[in-house]
Amino acid sequence: MRRFLAIRIAQSLLAMLAISVIAFGMTHLSGSPVDSMLPEDAGPEEAAQLTRELGLDRPIHVQYFKFLGRVLSGNMGDSIMSPGASALGVVMDRMPATLLLGGFAIIVSTIIAIPIGVLTAVYRDTAFDAAGKIIALLGQAAPPFWLGIVLIWVFGVTLDWFPTSGRGGFSHFVLPAIAMGWFQVAALMRITRSSMLEVLDSEYIKLARVKGVPESRIIWVHALRNAAIAPLTYFGVIAGIILTGSVVIETVFVWPGAGQLAVEAIRARDFPVVQAVVLTFAAVFILANLLVDTLYAYVDPRIRYR
Amino acid sequence: MSSDEQESVAPIEPGSERPPEPQPSSGRRRARWRNYPVVSIFILVALLVFPAITADWLAPHDPLQGSIPDRREPPVFFGGTWEYPLGTDRIGRDILSRIIHGAKVSLSISLIGIFFGGVLGTLLGLLAGYFRGWLDAVVMRLVDISLALPTILLALVLAVSVGPSFQTVIIVVVFVLWAFYARQVRGEVLSIRERDFVARARVAGNSHARIIVRHILPNVANTIIVLATLQVGSVIILEAALSFLGVGIPKPTPAWGLMVADGRQLIVSAWWISLFPGLAITLTVLALNLFGDWVRDRLDPKLTQV
Amino acid sequence: MPLGDTILQVENLQTHIDTKMGLVKAVDGVSFSLRRGETLGIVGESGSGKSMTALSILRLVPRPAARIVGGRVMLNGEDLLSYDAERMRRVRGRAISMVLQDPQTSLNPVYSIGGQITEAIANQQRKLPRLELLKRAVAALKTVHVAAPEQRVRDYPHQLSGGMKQRVVAAIANSCEPQILIADEPTTALDATIQAQYLRLLKEIQQESGLSIIFITHDFGIVANMCDHVAVMYGGRVVEYGPVRAIFNSPAHPYTRALLSSVPAVDRTVDRLYSIPGQPPMLWDLPRGCRFAPRCEWADSRCHQEYPPTVPSLDAGQAAHTASCWKLEDIGLENVRC
Repeated sequence: MRRFLAIRIAQSLLAMLAISVIAFGMTHLSGSPVDSMLPEDAGPEEAAQLTRELGLDRPIHVQYFKFLGRVLSGNMGDSIMSPGASALGVVMDRMPATLLLGGFAIIVSTIIAIPIGVLTAVYRDTAFDAAGKIIALLGQAAPPFWLGIVLIWVFGVTLDWFPTSGRGGFSHFVLPAIAMGWFQVAALMRITRSSMLEVLDSEYIKLARVKGVPESRIIWVHALRNAAIAPLTYFGVIAGIILTGSVVIETVFVWPGAGQLAVEAIRARDFPVVQAVVLTFAAVFILANLLVDTLYAYVDPRIRYR
Repeated sequence: MSSDEQESVAPIEPGSERPPEPQPSSGRRRARWRNYPVVSIFILVALLVFPAITADWLAPHDPLQGSIPDRREPPVFFGGTWEYPLGTDRIGRDILSRIIHGAKVSLSISLIGIFFGGVLGTLLGLLAGYFRGWLDAVVMRLVDISLALPTILLALVLAVSVGPSFQTVIIVVVFVLWAFYARQVRGEVLSIRERDFVARARVAGNSHARIIVRHILPNVANTIIVLATLQVGSVIILEAALSFLGVGIPKPTPAWGLMVADGRQLIVSAWWISLFPGLAITLTVLALNLFGDWVRDRLDPKLTQV
Repeated sequence: MPLGDTILQVENLQTHIDTKMGLVKAVDGVSFSLRRGETLGIVGESGSGKSMTALSILRLVPRPAARIVGGRVMLNGEDLLSYDAERMRRVRGRAISMVLQDPQTSLNPVYSIGGQITEAIANQQRKLPRLELLKRAVAALKTVHVAAPEQRVRDYPHQLSGGMKQRVVAAIANSCEPQILIADEPTTALDATIQAQYLRLLKEIQQESGLSIIFITHDFGIVANMCDHVAVMYGGRVVEYGPVRAIFNSPAHPYTRALLSSVPAVDRTVDRLYSIPGQPPMLWDLPRGCRFAPRCEWADSRCHQEYPPTVPSLDAGQAAHTASCWKLEDIGLENVRC
């Protein structure tokens, strides 16, 4: 178990390092950031001076290690859009809103998807199963940004049931969470259903029945704990989809999170902030995956003792 | 439902005496329906392939040229005329014509992107699985990293760094897709290379290149085809999301995602501008997913949802 | 050990399965009885209805495709088929228990051995304290001769060998001291030595607790070692029934004779029995008359038209030995093994 965790942590650090290279590299892909930092009327001397000040005239690997050193000490430069604020600070101000919405969406879609997935497997080939399949197919086909707009139009404006933008009480969460979570519900449902079908067909479920274990316990304890392994590994993927989905959803619902900030920063070519968002999102994502793997080992003893 | 039915809803297979094909009799009808994906193929052809090929001839209006007096014209059964069956956008361009031309964008992006992503990923997967060693280690680490990155965010960064264009979207799609092929192909090559016919080919003095192309590639072809089919839908959504955020296909090209974004602010007064392109995406992706599931069931049932 | 009273009486049991090919009468009027402490062998080829008979007794046939359509399963004088679901559940594990074919997959991989044993006990006796449950699990493992049971209870299935797993399955089946144990080809997945050990273990448990065993197998070697009575099944019906000695010494039904003559020596274990000419019948398309008629060298037109009644065998003087065949007198009693 300890070995397993050690390997996973090492891999996570490696992935983080790779992302730092990409985040560093992206500023160089688009030409010198100096252009976007200087006023329009600045001359070549001023540009050269700023280049020197920023260390952009040094060899690229030196620049990278300097960048890495700064990042490790929590300094990702200053925001260009909002002068005087540190890039990381700006992102951190917005992160709680993103994590709140994302977490809400994940929890709600899990609560909805797992039981439906289990029941569609138990009652396979019935009308209930067919209805579940339709929900899943629609969820996997509708693009979230469009779904969000349609939800705003129908439930926000026409029916006036929920607020359409901004952050506030519980009602503000409903529409963005649906737009964000439907795809996850669909995916989780399908995965749960298929692994549940496989488990229900197994000899150990047969043995549990022979032992006289009540049917409800067979489904929700014996079968589900085995069947949960597949959807659990998928949670790592979900964390990624939710994070990147937040970029789109927060734009549609004007949700004051880091995703919306990323789009603003990209439009304003505010590279320090973009870097900070990419690194923060990547860190959250990798952490989520680490957590999932640990949980996975807890659920499945075959991994724990490997 | 009586309690008696409840107790054995999930069937147990009889152990040693499974009668041939012990499926419920309704299984036959269902299987036949699934064997002929008429509906999905019809939607695909009608909505994607046919309009994409014949757009210039099929579209009733110029997709780029608006007619200002006819702006925000509603669809035909909502107070509009047959002149603009699905209404017009805010500068008087025909929505139907733009959707028809948008099919061209969606189809070409997904085909080209999947082609290059598939070729790159398959090549790396073949080499990694066949030669093992350091090459395998490097490729697999790259796959891990690539799958661990929050994709849309990196796509955003890339799109902004080099500017939004058709090529940028292709690069982003390739960047997102290759790792899936590499991982899957490598896994299968690992087992294929241990099989007898590969050993025979090696003993017979075939070159590595010939063994890979003649003996291994045909055996992973099904997997590649299934993977490619299943991915078309997600690529269309990815492209639409990028265009929606303004970092994909540049304006004024008629791309579905761009059209949804166009009508976003007008969803209350002119809902048709956003609704129809989004509906086009949803239906197309729905049909593609159904078709992909069917292809997988036919060619490679072992491959789980990717 | 002398045999006691009748404990299980199966009468005219019928189980049908809906398949793509049509209705399959997997169990088509099976009757037999089982006495306390007796071991009954049910023998037959794959598809003869052996396992489906066992599942029907426990009412665990694969729904909704399969259903029990007729007959009675009398346990201590009460018809199990008339029980409601909850009452039937309490019969499973406690009164009638079962050991499945494949030990590799019959244990739940995510729960400890101890947990899986105690669950069966806790199901029957609520409110036992945890410590007591654990003690019982250890005791159950001791009865099946698992070494160091105190450590084993904390192990997970993937940490055990195949033979060990099968012992654990036996411990689970035996943990609530059932009256009847159904063993469905429990040794097919084990190698010969382990198999012998396991069979000895079952006998030992039986001698200690007076357990009745229904042993489902296609292996006449095991039948000779284990069973008191034998029911031979073919095409969903019992074609011959009798004491094990009578079946071996004077088999009456042509199918039984064919089965036995395909065994090189009775006390040796064989893997396959299928050297009888022709194929087992397609269950969705059974012959109208005797199911074995198409493969039978004695069959005449009546055999093809009418299903034969169950009649005493020619040697029936010694014990209840019956067979379903029109031609018993023509076939006679000569020993097939000479």
